[in-house]
Amino acid sequence: MLEIKNLHASVEDKKILKGINLQVNAGEVHAIMGPNGSGKSTLASVIAGKEEFEIKKGTITLEGEDLEELAPEERAHKGIFLSFQYPVEIPGVSVTNFMKTAINESRKARGLEDMPANQMLKLIREKSSMLEIDRKFLSRSLNEGFSGGEKKRNEIFQMAMMEPKLAILDETDSGLDIDALRIVANGVNKLRGKDNAIIVITHYQRLLEYIVPDFVHVLHDGKIVKSGSKDLALELEEKGYDWIKQEATV
Amino acid sequence: MDLKDKLLSSFLAFEDSVDLDHPVHEVRSEAIKTFEAKGFPSKKEEAWKYTSLNNLQKVDFSIFPKAENTLEYRDIKKYFLHEIDTYKIVFIDGVYSSYLSETTHDGVDVCLMSSALTKPQYKPVIDVYFNKVASKDESLTTLNTAFSREGAYIYIPKNKVPKKPIQILHLATGNEAALMLQPRNLIIAEENAELQVIERHQSLTGNEVFTNSVTEIFAAKDAIVDYYKVQNDANTASLVDNTYISQKDNSVVRVHTFSFGGKLTRNNLNFYQNGERIDSTLKGVTILGEKQHVDHHTLVHHANPNCESHQDYKGIFGERSTGVFNGKIIVDKIAQKTNAFQQNNNILISDKATINTKPQLEIFADDVKCSHGCTIGQLDEEALFYLRSRGIPKKEASALLMYAFANNVLESVRIPELKARINKIIANKLGVRVGFEL
Repeated sequence: MLEIKNLHASVEDKKILKGINLQVNAGEVHAIMGPNGSGKSTLASVIAGKEEFEIKKGTITLEGEDLEELAPEERAHKGIFLSFQYPVEIPGVSVTNFMKTAINESRKARGLEDMPANQMLKLIREKSSMLEIDRKFLSRSLNEGFSGGEKKRNEIFQMAMMEPKLAILDETDSGLDIDALRIVANGVNKLRGKDNAIIVITHYQRLLEYIVPDFVHVLHDGKIVKSGSKDLALELEEKGYDWIKQEATV
Repeated sequence: MDLKDKLLSSFLAFEDSVDLDHPVHEVRSEAIKTFEAKGFPSKKEEAWKYTSLNNLQKVDFSIFPKAENTLEYRDIKKYFLHEIDTYKIVFIDGVYSSYLSETTHDGVDVCLMSSALTKPQYKPVIDVYFNKVASKDESLTTLNTAFSREGAYIYIPKNKVPKKPIQILHLATGNEAALMLQPRNLIIAEENAELQVIERHQSLTGNEVFTNSVTEIFAAKDAIVDYYKVQNDANTASLVDNTYISQKDNSVVRVHTFSFGGKLTRNNLNFYQNGERIDSTLKGVTILGEKQHVDHHTLVHHANPNCESHQDYKGIFGERSTGVFNGKIIVDKIAQKTNAFQQNNNILISDKATINTKPQLEIFADDVKCSHGCTIGQLDEEALFYLRSRGIPKKEASALLMYAFANNVLESVRIPELKARINKIIANKLGVRVGFEL
């Protein structure tokens, strides 16, 4: 589904990604772990199309289509979803209206009519109750004054609404207590299927107990230095990242 | 002949058409003398530093329309808030249009200044209110006073509320190559009265129009006045709007100014608090493009204790447009426990657009809460990326952010249909389909 080949990316001439190779097939869950500053969030942003990052070398393709020239919204229309590490507060736009606009714009891009209001309402009810989100919460301004956990839960609510092909969860576990983590993970797991894929970016193995990955990759200094099964995450939890760094330098 | 000379010589012709023995004419005569001495304001004056009337003074404006013009309702329907039932006072090229209007004398007076200034039954009210809060030395106001003859006259007696909102619509047909209009409105809400007014100036062609309008609003004890100015005129129309408001104890006056159109717009909005526990609200949304220019000059004079004022102006400036905000708050020594708030936030969406913003606070009392803040920024790139990553295209995402930015000004609009209309105008202005209900 997603194929990344020898990806080099920079921001303001600072090299951050230095040759990433990654293949994610439909039905798979990949975890990307690594120390701070290793380039995890950059990788997520580059896949989603953030314009401040410049691809210097290499390719990203989704189902065979090169993404480089596509705007963030076009990537979203093709089924890419990024759950933000730091969701942006947007005063004056309610969660519901934001979601309506997002869904209808995506439908428009696919040549579909607006979703009928009652159907939209039903969808919102269904997905919000799955994530145990209070109805009142939906009429509040997007992320404004939300706690860390509420923001993350809201991200996964949006993901459930958009039903993406490829979801990238950027540190979705940070700011979540154990109950919220379970609810969020449950929401993510419901989206797992043979036709879509998930990339989970995290520091800790904790989230991976709930969202069990098929593959674990370790990112260090802009490169994937180690890949393995879910057991690699346990090993990292136990030993930290230093041994990986050393292995990488050797 | 420049515009000033033309106006001065026209005054003689104007005098032929009005009752020279009416006491109001003394007021006019005084006013024309003041205007003659002062002339048009120039950029040398601090208050006009960023707005020049020079080009307007070079235009050969007709001071009075040569012929009476008519319009079909269906052609101008869109300029009305036609979704709801309202009283309407409509002028075509400055002349009252009875068949487009719907006035009333049923418990309240919603009618014409020309009647109020000539008919004896209105004289007691005119004696008390006419030209009592409008400036007697600001040159454009005195110019309007000198030529005051027509406009809206609204009188709401004690404890009365009109059955519906009132629309004042000034239409310019373009039958004159260039036309100058000087409407004069007088609006009085007596004790515990309430009213809602929507005012709009609309030019129907590309011919030049220059409107120099004066509105006096009096809110007696416990009165509530909501006044909405919809400025979305053709790009050959210029407007100087001078509004003067006098408030008594416990009254509430809210003025919303929506500035989207026109070539040059200058709003002089002046609040005078003549009582205690008064609430004055001034809000505005300005969205400009091309080479449009809008200048908001506000004044809130807190002259008594325990009053409040709330000011919130949002501006979005694109292309080569220019904006000015000058918000003056005076708190007299006696006006203790004043709460005065002022906000002016601006977004520049083009590197050729300009905003000049200046809060001006003169506080002589020591036990007051006054805050002011002005910001000039650009659209938040992070927010834009967030919205786009959810499939909302750049243009729509920008529009959504601008909507959100202007939203708290729209929140206090008390006529839902007007709010919807303003939303629609904003969507058109931003070039997106209407789909955001905020």
